[in-house]
Amino acid sequence: MPEQAAKGPTALSARAVTKLYVMGDVRVEALRGIDLELRDGEMVVMLGPSGSGKSTLLNILGGLDHPTSGTVTFRDHDLSSANEAALTAYRRDHVGFVFQFYNLIPSLTARENVALVTEIARDPMQPEEALELVGLEARLDHFPAQLSGGEQQRVAIARAIAKRPDILLCDEPTGALDIATGILVLEAIERVNRELGTSTALITHNAVIADIADRVLRFGDGRIVEEATNRERRTPGSLQW
Amino acid sequence: MVGLLSPLDRKLWRDLRRIWAQAMALALVVASGVALLVMALTTIEALEETTEAYYQRYDFAQVFAEVTRAPEALSHELAELPSVRALETRIKRSATLDIEGFEEPVTAVVVSLPSRGEPRLNRLALRAGRLPDPARSEEVVLSEPFAEAHGLTPGGRFEAILNGVKRELQVVGLALSPEFVYVIAPGGLMPDDARFGVVWMGRDALAAAFDMEEAFNEISLTLLRGSDAKAAVAALDRELARYGGIGAYERADQVSNWFLQNEIEQQGNMAGLLPGIFLAVAAFLTQMVLGRVIDSERSEIGLLKAFGYSNTAIAWHYCKLVLVITGAGILIGFLMGSVLGQYNTRLYADFYRFPFLLYQPGPQSYAIAALVSAACALGGAFLALRKAVTLPPAEAMRPPAPPSFRRTWLSGSRVARMLDEPSRMIARRIIRWPLRAFISAMGVAMASAVLFLAVQWLDSIDHLVQEFFFNAQHQDVTLALVEEQPERVRHDLAALPGALSVETLRSVDARISHGAVSRRQALIGIRPGARLSPAYDVEKGPIDPPPQGLLISSTLAGVLGAEPGDRLLVELLEGRRGSALLPVTATFESYVDTPVYMDLQALSRFLQESRQANLAHLTLDAARRQDFLAAVKETPRVSAVSFRSAMVSNFQETLGRTIFIFVAFFILFSCTLAFGVVYNAVRIALSERARELATLRVLGFTRLEIAYVLLGEVGILTVLSLPLGALIGVGLAWYLSEQFATELFRVPLVVKPATLGLAASVILATALASAALVKRQLDRLDLIAVLKTRE
Repeated sequence: MPEQAAKGPTALSARAVTKLYVMGDVRVEALRGIDLELRDGEMVVMLGPSGSGKSTLLNILGGLDHPTSGTVTFRDHDLSSANEAALTAYRRDHVGFVFQFYNLIPSLTARENVALVTEIARDPMQPEEALELVGLEARLDHFPAQLSGGEQQRVAIARAIAKRPDILLCDEPTGALDIATGILVLEAIERVNRELGTSTALITHNAVIADIADRVLRFGDGRIVEEATNRERRTPGSLQW
Repeated sequence: MVGLLSPLDRKLWRDLRRIWAQAMALALVVASGVALLVMALTTIEALEETTEAYYQRYDFAQVFAEVTRAPEALSHELAELPSVRALETRIKRSATLDIEGFEEPVTAVVVSLPSRGEPRLNRLALRAGRLPDPARSEEVVLSEPFAEAHGLTPGGRFEAILNGVKRELQVVGLALSPEFVYVIAPGGLMPDDARFGVVWMGRDALAAAFDMEEAFNEISLTLLRGSDAKAAVAALDRELARYGGIGAYERADQVSNWFLQNEIEQQGNMAGLLPGIFLAVAAFLTQMVLGRVIDSERSEIGLLKAFGYSNTAIAWHYCKLVLVITGAGILIGFLMGSVLGQYNTRLYADFYRFPFLLYQPGPQSYAIAALVSAACALGGAFLALRKAVTLPPAEAMRPPAPPSFRRTWLSGSRVARMLDEPSRMIARRIIRWPLRAFISAMGVAMASAVLFLAVQWLDSIDHLVQEFFFNAQHQDVTLALVEEQPERVRHDLAALPGALSVETLRSVDARISHGAVSRRQALIGIRPGARLSPAYDVEKGPIDPPPQGLLISSTLAGVLGAEPGDRLLVELLEGRRGSALLPVTATFESYVDTPVYMDLQALSRFLQESRQANLAHLTLDAARRQDFLAAVKETPRVSAVSFRSAMVSNFQETLGRTIFIFVAFFILFSCTLAFGVVYNAVRIALSERARELATLRVLGFTRLEIAYVLLGEVGILTVLSLPLGALIGVGLAWYLSEQFATELFRVPLVVKPATLGLAASVILATALASAALVKRQLDRLDLIAVLKTRE
């Protein structure tokens, strides 16, 4: 068992998780037995080549997909056998997502995109507060088309964290951005993790980014092939790639 | 097969398979329009061909004239008139029949058959049995529908009062005649085969019965090719005036033919209007569906252009997509239209009796329907095609610029602040693409308009029945007298068993002219204060005739171009045949026929007679109906009996066989229309917004909540479209009631809120059903796949 980071109790855990895709005669084993724990307030970075299973795992952890076998537990709740409605409630109350392509609603302003989530959340922060947290207090009433890529991604982060989620899942949040913008986005994620204590899992292709994590998981062929703990987290601002 | 296709054609097939449900919805709308058009056109074609062939094969006359009595010798002189090709004189009278098992007296027109051989004109299409033996005066041929209504077959017998004398007649044959394709009693509204029929009997027998030996009272003739019918009519009028001629008329004015031609014309009206609505909506749907396909294939279009495909090749590629969908719709429409056309023609054959029915639609109707609908679809495709053609390849390969949304003054309003974010998304999309929203709403509005139009017919007819049969008339029975009688006849009638009250009228045939326009019309003399069947204005209720001058229906006033104060030339066509210029004192609104009333006293003065009556309205003690009928059957002075209740039920039954069936068709068609529009609108919205909706699901929105975001827009548009649909529906109903107004019927425009509500509910239900179909696809949205792709 690899060494655990010195953080709080386990928020999310996966045990012997596999995922098998069957398309006609083709069988793809996307996950071949994953064991993982994400602790409260922890920041985990997942590295690995395309097709190594990172996104599949993230989707299962986020309640977007079911594992073929194994269990996924969020606190006391078994997600692997949860039905559609329970998974929706789980996402709604506990999970924030950030995607590579932002996925903002083009017909809503930055503030309204965030309000979309705060309206259905239990104890949300104000949309303005969430946007201030990502440094967009001056762009509240802009539509996505009027924002740069980095700004759009920060709106997406504000939207994800405004509900004060227990878990923040980011799938290549900087994949579509240049360095300077990518750093701004990482800073926002890091700040949320630090200030709100949100457990964060972040997928990236960029090994440099691993330095901002508490723990780094390397994926290969549907398994975690390496796990490392950083003694010290670097700030995004100090990264270079 | 696939191997033979070019890659572009293979792409076409795959595109079609991908959007098959939308393509199907569009094809069904096209099919509805085509079906209606084919139905109307083939029905017209069948009716015209059948009529033409029937008239020709059975030598239907071209000019007709009636006289009181003219010597047979006159016929030789008339045959010498220039332009006369063939001529035949006949005796034509009315009679009352007593048929066993049918308690009411029956009216018939009795027509003579030549003593020797077959008639030269208006020949009979014998359906059973044979023609009467000239030596046997009791033998008759009956019109087939009349015989059917009474279960009479050759060999059957019945009694008839001919010229006041009761005789037993024997049926030897059943026949149809081009003269009686539409058999309607004089003054009747609809065919009533049980109560009015045609009897043909030998000329000698009829002459003996009516003292018409060596004389005739009706003449019909055909003309040499290329001769002027008007001149022939004028010549006949001159020759026949001294024999009591009441005006010759052409085939166009012959009652049966007039109804038939009128019906064909109305089919023509329908062919113009209703399919047009469907094809316009089809054009708009084509634009919508093709526009979406082209939007989603921007990069492919750019790539094809980069490879060197010409604009024409690309336009043609998408044209083919439209043509395949429209083609499928046209084929379905052909099939539906042929079935409906045949059905419709058969339905006509129930009212318009032909010995044969030529339903052999040529390619023309189909070609017209196909061309019109293909043109509509390609017209609809034009905008989308232009977009594909004008797209520069480099730009096409880039993702489309995101739609730019703007905050408007509305965004800051109090209402806007109250909206939640999903509602805001719905509102912004509508505001961002107002034209698209408007066109979607128009499509649904058209569907509800067509539906309202269909259901509204029933209200209008109800209203007409209520006004005409119940509000304007209060008699139980109307008796026609053989000829005019002194008005005191009412005392005799009041003495009939069961009679409670009697009102008599004087009706006299007249020709009424204003300038060059003239109409033959019965002039009805009534007493002021008449209660049973007064002159009745559909807006103001019963009105008394003015002491002087004419009270004419506004429809007749319109035909004659006359207004109150104008003087009309009134020529009496019976009695002393005088004429006078009489002023129009007032006009009134009526739904049926073009009645003209005069004060009974004024009419008597005009006729130079003491007060006479030839019609009587009676109320009856229902319990003594049988006694009353038995007595009437024995009263030779009564030539026809019509019960109001029988007229109402005949009217309702006739409509039941036609209008109700078509209302059902139209409900089906308008639902198809609503379904086609809503399904396509939602399906397109789903494919455009899959990513957005998947994002919402990931953010924790439930299926129901995202369904609201997707369906809310079309829901709002549907709701907004309903008042628009009501407005268009009322407009269409008004237009149609104007188009279908004849001198016999004017179906009023009646707008009942309940009917508008019914139309709205059916459209809402259809919209909900099509939304439910898309909701199923929405539930199966693949969240992960949608999120992985870049927009």
